[in-house]
Amino acid sequence: MAEDDSLLETPLYDAHVKAGARMVPFAGFRMPVQYTGIVDEHLAVRTRAGLFDVSHMGEVEVRGPRALDYLQHVTCNDVSKLVPGRAQYSALLLPNGAFVDDLLVYMLGEGDFLVVVNASNRGKDVAWMLERRPDAGVAVEDVSERFAQIAIQGPRAVEILRRVTGLDLEAMRYYHFAHGEVAGTRALVSRTGYTGEDGFELYVAADEAPDLWYALLGEGGPMGLVPAGLGARDTLRLEAKMALYGNDIDDTTTALEADLSWIVKFEKGDFVGREALARQREAGLDRKLVGFEMEGRAIGRHGYAAMLDGAPVGRVTSGTRAPFLERNIGLAYLPPALWEPGSEFQIDVRGRAEAARVVPTPFYKRPKK
Amino acid sequence: MDPSKARYTKDHEWIDGESGTIGITDHAQAELGDIVFVELPEQGRAIKAGEVLGTIESVKAVSELYAPASGTVAEVNAALTDKPEAINKDPYGTGWICRLELSSPAELEALMDAEAYASLVEQGS
Repeated sequence: MAEDDSLLETPLYDAHVKAGARMVPFAGFRMPVQYTGIVDEHLAVRTRAGLFDVSHMGEVEVRGPRALDYLQHVTCNDVSKLVPGRAQYSALLLPNGAFVDDLLVYMLGEGDFLVVVNASNRGKDVAWMLERRPDAGVAVEDVSERFAQIAIQGPRAVEILRRVTGLDLEAMRYYHFAHGEVAGTRALVSRTGYTGEDGFELYVAADEAPDLWYALLGEGGPMGLVPAGLGARDTLRLEAKMALYGNDIDDTTTALEADLSWIVKFEKGDFVGREALARQREAGLDRKLVGFEMEGRAIGRHGYAAMLDGAPVGRVTSGTRAPFLERNIGLAYLPPALWEPGSEFQIDVRGRAEAARVVPTPFYKRPKK
Repeated sequence: MDPSKARYTKDHEWIDGESGTIGITDHAQAELGDIVFVELPEQGRAIKAGEVLGTIESVKAVSELYAPASGTVAEVNAALTDKPEAINKDPYGTGWICRLELSSPAELEALMDAEAYASLVEQGS
């Protein structure tokens, strides 16, 4: 079978192959799309725990006395609300308010930030950030090669991780993080994730990743921890209504249209995209990303047209059969007439008009303990 | 259905010469992953070899099912509507998709036998 030699491998490549994973090209990397099956892995994360290799993600260090001002300028969320040990979901926006990328900003210390970006946008994001750096006071460096990232997600994540770290996980709130030892490896442990479950993302030195991966599987295996691939990662994040760059958000969709106004902090001061978004907010949106459910068994997939009375009114950005909810769900940009939950429309599924209905999101919310 | 007696297409479908029953192979179902929806052909539909008979959707993608031979759709496996995963679990048994009344049984001779299909899979098609 012809292999694409230009693809990169994460430090955990051998572990995936050994586990029988099906590897696929993704964002320039050879990544595991599934091990035992997408549905199996998805359900494992919702009921027990799953372990993800997310080392392909990009990490960018932003440091210096002007780092805060700089990040305030290039991102839309309010970085001044962070303190060391806190992270926030945010985005780099274009001047027209659409997305360069969505990302996480971690405050490591005064003037010391780590920005975590999508693997597929890493080069673009770093170039964008470097272009907008002031002449002095901020250093921006792509440190992705140094890091591996492992995510442990699911109701049993705390129980499992607790066995291999002295960090006080109970005290670590959502979107907070700490540095500590995990299975003898120095790690940044953050209570974040892309699944809608409780869980942690662990950032470690690249060469320490395999030991940590096997240690976690060793400790967690008896508690039902299994490796989970990108296939399940996608169905999980969709059930939790988390955006995927390239599907739900891109350089043609503004932060307001994408239903992400909660990360746009107009009152913090000027930032790239602010003016355009303020004008859009004033004028009102003519489309917004909303959740829908299919009435029947057909699945409304990415790229399918949303129709009303035979006329196209929007487009599906993400859609699948949700393994846990056992319903066919999706996201689409729709006009104001269809924003209200309960609104009915149709989706063109390979030439047939299939009934769909707008529903509130997230589709799935994890049970409160 | 005895897989060793069936004929196979390069699109990883099987057809039982005696009954005209059609399905996809174990290799195909493993490649597709968890199947979540099957679009079955209409009973009574006339079809030519190579035409699209229906679709099989997995979590990630939609795949077309091609008719291995020509004929009329005599019966469809309605159980797949509620349990599409039967194709994953038992691709040669309860995962059968439909049955054709063959119009030219001689067409099957041009298809691969079990041994030839096994080589195809081994070669990594």
